[in-house]
Amino acid sequence: MSGMVEKKGWRRVALHAGIITGIAIVCFPIYVAFVASTVTQGDLVRPPMPLLPGPHLIENYTRAIFQGYGTPVWRMLWNSLVMALGITVGKIAISIVSAYAIVYFRFPFRMFFFWMIFLTLMLPVEVRIVPTYAVAADLSLLNSYTGLILPLIASATATFLFRQLFLTIPDELVEAARIDGAGPIRFFRDILLPMSRTNIAALFVILFIYGWNQYLWPLLITTDADMNTIVMGIKHMLPTGDQTVEWPVIMATALLAMLPPVAVVLFMQRLFVKGLVESEK
Amino acid sequence: MAEIALRDIRKSYGPTEVIHGVSADIADGELIVIVGPSGCGKSTLLRMVAGLETVTAGSIAIGGRVVNDLEPRERDIAMVFQNYALYPHMSVFDNMAYGLKIAGISKSDIAAKVNDAARMLELEPYLARKPRQLSGGQRQRVAMGRAIVRSPSAFLFDEPLSNLDAKLRVQMRLEIKALQRKLGVTSLYVTHDQVEAMTLADRMIVMNEGVAEQIGTPLEVYNNPATTFVAGFIGSPPMNFLDAERLRSVLARQGPNRLDRAVTIGIRPEHVERTTVGNGLLDATVAFIEALGAETLLHLKTDAGETVVVRSANPEETVRPGERIGLKAVPDHLFAYDADGRRVASED
Ligand SMILES: Nc1ncnc2c1ncn2[C@@H]1O[C@H](COP(=O)(O)OP(=O)(O)OP(=O)(O)O)[C@@H](O)[C@H]1O
Ligand SMILES: [Mg+2]
Repeated sequence: MSGMVEKKGWRRVALHAGIITGIAIVCFPIYVAFVASTVTQGDLVRPPMPLLPGPHLIENYTRAIFQGYGTPVWRMLWNSLVMALGITVGKIAISIVSAYAIVYFRFPFRMFFFWMIFLTLMLPVEVRIVPTYAVAADLSLLNSYTGLILPLIASATATFLFRQLFLTIPDELVEAARIDGAGPIRFFRDILLPMSRTNIAALFVILFIYGWNQYLWPLLITTDADMNTIVMGIKHMLPTGDQTVEWPVIMATALLAMLPPVAVVLFMQRLFVKGLVESEK
Repeated sequence: MAEIALRDIRKSYGPTEVIHGVSADIADGELIVIVGPSGCGKSTLLRMVAGLETVTAGSIAIGGRVVNDLEPRERDIAMVFQNYALYPHMSVFDNMAYGLKIAGISKSDIAAKVNDAARMLELEPYLARKPRQLSGGQRQRVAMGRAIVRSPSAFLFDEPLSNLDAKLRVQMRLEIKALQRKLGVTSLYVTHDQVEAMTLADRMIVMNEGVAEQIGTPLEVYNNPATTFVAGFIGSPPMNFLDAERLRSVLARQGPNRLDRAVTIGIRPEHVERTTVGNGLLDATVAFIEALGAETLLHLKTDAGETVVVRSANPEETVRPGERIGLKAVPDHLFAYDADGRRVASED
């Protein structure tokens, strides 16, 4: 008996050791980046590489946020935030409404439209980037938030996800709402939306990170430095040729770029888990 | 005042007709039970009255107003579903209040109505809970509450008790009956359980394959089943059916020959009596015996291989399996049916 407990105890220790090693491996580069963002360029290029934080944290971060390289980081963070939120909210709004139409309304060519949406899964931005650029340019959307957001909003995946969710809602519930006198809009607002909130929270996290990490499209559509997003910005900072760069500032920028997605995950995770616990069936 | 009139209702899904012309008049305040086996079209009929299915042909009138083309909410009905269909994200209070809220009733009136209904259904302690925090019986009550608060002119129930355990089902059955009496609201109640039908109904509609085979009070239907289907469906254990041909000579000896056109003879288990071998309608062998405490069921096999069940009030039957006994019928309790399974009217 006690042997078993002991064995279990050892197993726990081993498991924890495994997990901690894994986390350490993943976190080490981030730690190094953090250390690099708290020392001077001189400390950094002189071997050995420092492994303990230095005293220049505030100085480096202030420089990154308010000066950066060309565009101040706060400006790029703001651009990224607008783009990521726009894409997230837009994708969720459009896909939940299309899923609603496809599941609950009988209209001509319903299945045709469904398959059309589904087909776009095979046409991600990278594939259709040239024609999309041409259209965006014709509509003079270059260097605008609309241009950054709009072409990325259509989402077959999210539509499909909401469709599957709606299909699991029992017909009786829909009928009960009809008998209670709820029209299509009320039903959507009072029943479907609240019942989808866990899925919305999960999608929000995934789509926000997807939007935040966009690189190729912002690179094409923005030429004005003031419209650069943070992911592009980091790339711009990297040295080309024999130009010298301030690594501590770049590292500070990289860490700042990580903060919003982390914040969204942390914040949404709480909502998400709460939703999971509260919702039923 | 809300009587419901069904006139030759038909329903087709594509080319297949599933309801073949059902007519019925339901009086104000009456509780009508639609009973029949699975797939006979009970739910379809009810859903047409509710407005959840279109009516292919015929007309439905509620309170004298033809409602064929009206939306469910315009029909002034309330429905209770088998799976309760409560809104999972709303509290019990909000579930009951939702219909009233949509109807634009003031907050204070809503609160008053919901609280009234909650008191009547003993749901007051649970008003703030979510449906998933309730037992099946309590959920069922909430579903009833949602129907009651709207004071509709008709209640529609689709197998509301079939998800409950046997004991609760009996209790809720009584509660529904009492509530319906008290509120006096015209009600249509669908079930496949004939005991539920017998105990609840003012009148019942026995359906089979999209046809209303018989409409009448439970006792009328039990005592005078119009077809072999009704005779076999209502009553437990079901009526015994025997081939009329072989009984004809025996029956002729017993009196005026009113069973001439009969093809099938039906006898209820309680109307078969034991007698000595060779002295009754027919002889049979005891197959097995079910002692139920208050009564005993004898399962017999006739020589032609038909099964006959005899209900005996004697709790301590002395017969043993394998024994041969004679069977006779209580006079005037033989039902004669023709080749189509319809009752042959007695000529005397
Ligand atoms: N949407 C539909 N499309 C095609 N056929 C249908 C549809 N709905 C019901 N039916 C058919 O109509 C017939 C009656 O169905 P209904 O649901 O009314 O039966 P029921 O008497 O309520 O049975 P149960 O006791 O199992 O609920 C069945 O044969 C069924 O297959
Ligand atoms: Mg049914």
